Amino acid sequence: MLGCGDSVISIRDFEREEILHVLSAAARMEAGDHFGLLEGKVLGTMFLEPSTRTRLSFTSAMLKLGGQVLDFGEAEHSSFKKGESLSDAVRIVAGYCDVIALRHPWEGAARLAARIAGVPVINGGDGANQHPTQTFLDLYTVQKVQGRIDGLNVGFVGDLKYGRTVHSLVTALSRFECRQFFVSPSTLSVPAGLLRTLDDAGVEYEESEDLQDVLPSLDILYSTRIQQERFADSLEYERVKGAYRIGPEVLAAAGVKETLRIMHPLPRVDELSTELDDTPYAVYFEQARNGLPVRQALLALVLGKA
Amino acid sequence: MTMAPKDNSRQEMSVSAIRNGTVIDHISNEATFKVAEILRLDQEEHVVLVGMNLSSGQVGRKGLIKIESRELTPEEVNKIALIAPDATLNIIKDFGVAEKRRVELPRAVEGIVRCVNPNCVTNKQAVTTAFDVIGSSPPVLRCVYCERVLSGEDIVLK
Repeated sequence: MLGCGDSVISIRDFEREEILHVLSAAARMEAGDHFGLLEGKVLGTMFLEPSTRTRLSFTSAMLKLGGQVLDFGEAEHSSFKKGESLSDAVRIVAGYCDVIALRHPWEGAARLAARIAGVPVINGGDGANQHPTQTFLDLYTVQKVQGRIDGLNVGFVGDLKYGRTVHSLVTALSRFECRQFFVSPSTLSVPAGLLRTLDDAGVEYEESEDLQDVLPSLDILYSTRIQQERFADSLEYERVKGAYRIGPEVLAAAGVKETLRIMHPLPRVDELSTELDDTPYAVYFEQARNGLPVRQALLALVLGKA
Repeated sequence: MTMAPKDNSRQEMSVSAIRNGTVIDHISNEATFKVAEILRLDQEEHVVLVGMNLSSGQVGRKGLIKIESRELTPEEVNKIALIAPDATLNIIKDFGVAEKRRVELPRAVEGIVRCVNPNCVTNKQAVTTAFDVIGSSPPVLRCVYCERVLSGEDIVLK
């Protein structure tokens, strides 16, 4: 179980019970006022590529627990400009704080940092690899809006090839009794390696290019942005984007369950119509807010206070 | 895995015997020179015999390397296991096979493979590479840092 002194680097490191342990801690954080829990503790934030939301969420989580935050500053204004290595920078920051939240464009940066820091490191995203706090808040949201994770039909739509958020959540859900549905153009389908992992774990899944076919089965739909730079042909991009655009009329035509809930890691562009925002289906803003209790829980756990 | 010692086959004898040292047998043919490279045989001072295109029931055509007066280090054995997982090691003492075993991949390898992902932290600054071995035949590795899964030609030795 995640505890004092541990780092949070990859969702791969967490088995089912360990995930549920974190989600329980998050629920406790959300249920009560825990100001003062991390009094005297300092979080060092090292966000070495742009990430306003995640940094704000970590900062807010620490402040709401009575801790302090020390920010390393932007990469271009920092010692990196003078050629300092990541390892040296992490060692220096670790000397001033009790826990580090790190985002870095290199894959594996957080694992390296955790090996040398001497204080817990929480991965706030390492390149295209992992973003475990996002995965925990996604799971927390699923559990909160559906009351459970086991037994759900979870659909993913959009860019399933490059989406780090999708890969991590698919991996995490493979620890639960979920049926997974993948909807994407064939050029952006789930990587074969990840499907092999699901096969090995005995996970039930379906792949489809047709969202309408899949929608009526779903309890959760996880939508992601399709980025234009993934397409050589802009006409193809427009076609795909249109095919996976979700609005109230799409849901009505497909005959979705009333209990369907739609998630999105945000920011969205136009894959989710704003007309959905005030419907019971939309939980993506709540999902973003859930980052707060989840990050509070992770900070408290690794500092031995939860 | 240790197998009972047996006499050198006629095939091995055709490359000429060594008195003491190591015979690496059942190397897949195309990996033979890679094994020679791993062992830096170009700098070896003792007798070295390299055979290729030898017929083998197990791997089709095989390679064979004999090195006089040398025992392999664990790191060398690990490297060989990555590129020639079916190879066998014969420890030769006084012209006889004193010990025969298959190379075996450890559960993790450190410092001997380069990560194929250019954006991996191990390719960005001085870090010893580390991989978990998640499959052995054929070898499949997962980078401990960037989590990239490597197999086949993606497994490049440092």
